[in-house]
Amino acid sequence: LKQTQAIGRVVLYVSLVCLSLITLFPLAWMLSGSIKTEATIFNFPIQFIPDVVHWDNYLKAWSMVNFGALFRNSLKISSLVTMGQLFTSTLAAYAFAKIRFRGRDKLFLGYLATMMVPFQVIMIPQFVMFRNLGLANTHLALILPGMFSVFGVFLLKQFFTGIPDELLEAARIDGCGEARTLFTIVVPLSKAAISSLAIFTFKWTWNDFLAPLIYINDKPKMTVPIGLSMFRMENITMYTYIMAGSVISLIPVIVVYIFTQKYLVQGIALTGLKA
Amino acid sequence: MNMKKRAQWRTDLVGYAFVLPNLIGFLVFIAGPFLFSLALGFFQWDAVGPMQWVGLQNYIKLAGDSTFKASFLNTFYFTFTAVPLTLGTGLGLALLLNRPLALKTAFRTVFFLPNIVTVASIVIVWQAIYHPTMGPLNMLLASWGVTDLPTWTMDLNWAMPSIVLMSVWLNAGYYMVIFLAALSNVPQTYYEAARIDGAGGLKRFLHVTLPGISPTIFFVLIMAVINSFKVFDQVMLLTKGGPGRATNVLVYYVYTQSFTKYKFGAASAAANVLFLIILIVTIVQYRNQEKWVTY
Repeated sequence: LKQTQAIGRVVLYVSLVCLSLITLFPLAWMLSGSIKTEATIFNFPIQFIPDVVHWDNYLKAWSMVNFGALFRNSLKISSLVTMGQLFTSTLAAYAFAKIRFRGRDKLFLGYLATMMVPFQVIMIPQFVMFRNLGLANTHLALILPGMFSVFGVFLLKQFFTGIPDELLEAARIDGCGEARTLFTIVVPLSKAAISSLAIFTFKWTWNDFLAPLIYINDKPKMTVPIGLSMFRMENITMYTYIMAGSVISLIPVIVVYIFTQKYLVQGIALTGLKA
Repeated sequence: MNMKKRAQWRTDLVGYAFVLPNLIGFLVFIAGPFLFSLALGFFQWDAVGPMQWVGLQNYIKLAGDSTFKASFLNTFYFTFTAVPLTLGTGLGLALLLNRPLALKTAFRTVFFLPNIVTVASIVIVWQAIYHPTMGPLNMLLASWGVTDLPTWTMDLNWAMPSIVLMSVWLNAGYYMVIFLAALSNVPQTYYEAARIDGAGGLKRFLHVTLPGISPTIFFVLIMAVINSFKVFDQVMLLTKGGPGRATNVLVYYVYTQSFTKYKFGAASAAANVLFLIILIVTIVQYRNQEKWVTY
């Protein structure tokens, strides 16, 4: 019996390692391709570390794409969207969860009704609106709509509702207004939910492809995904440069992932089970 | 009484003040555009000239548009292949990891990694992997003696499977994390009871694990289906809906109709159909949940 258990253990680890290698292959091959030449990139069997390492692909990619501007734009848009969405969602979610104003439930039902409306359905009217305001091809067209999300309100409301009313009553008796109750009691108790919402909003906004594709035409205003796919379209056969550029574009994402993955995983479990 | 009334007024005032910042944005950027989209479906409009009422004409034309029909069927093809494969892979990985393991966190980190990368950044690799003559995928198949190699993204029949495979790679890790959380919530005592009753591994999986995580499967299924109906990035970046219209999906159709052909009315009609499908599929799933979800 002990022997079959040991064999099972080995099989398990071998399969996990194989699956990991398959999962990592595209990324590893990209790293390897980014330091090769066009002539050797497709060599098979694959030599992951080439005889001559071409770091200059990175210099070339860096000079062909204005990564500084792309990162700046993406960082600006994603941070403003995240902060705005946290602010508006927290306030609204608190009111929906803990303030008994008249019409509350009907209003919330209205929110829920639009929960399933995807961006793809509202993008045409939104685009027309921003164009008529003269705001197409500006960052505002990406930032403003991003600051409001039904999902954010829904998620935080679920969480806030779970906080016992007695805690809030105590604060109110002590003379706290609603704003102070929210920020001194509810928000600290909801750190997990709020930080997950923040991480997810930031990630979604950073990676968003469709909205910037519709709105942004000028290269200096582009975000990372759009700028990079532009670079790819213009140099469609230059695999090594594009891979080097792609690696550059992914470095901040992966660094942030390493530092936030605990919260990211927690957040998925949290939102995945709460909704 | 008067005091009570005034207190209620005060509560109303505070409540609406808190909701207001979000409500304004909600009305202007979500609810308003949604209603406008529903209306726009009944108009012909090139986004510049005057709007022209055409009644149901847009919808009637959609029904007769072979490209729309293709995109409709392709969206279902994608959904019915990508969702089971992604969820199956995610659940499989979660089951493998759901035990005390050395390096458990490392494995989880690896499997989740594809989910955080920007699709636009990784698409170049997939384009290269699928390269018909030099790509590693076909090289590998050739080295195994496969002749008659598919040209993947350039092949009418293999383009969609190529998109599906890339999507599974992108998303399986996300669902793995959700399943892992759900699995850890299944009480250990249930497994022990089943073991005492003499249930083997498969029986324990079918009668303890699956019912235990069925609420999560239900939630994840709805989410995955909705997301797959909205698939766009992979299609736009990898195949541009082609070859021909082999990977033209609903969102890609809406995008090309509106932002390359400027048929805003017809495009809105197609977008509304997309919403309707999502709505119907979700309602049907909710209706059917009693049959298999145990809470």
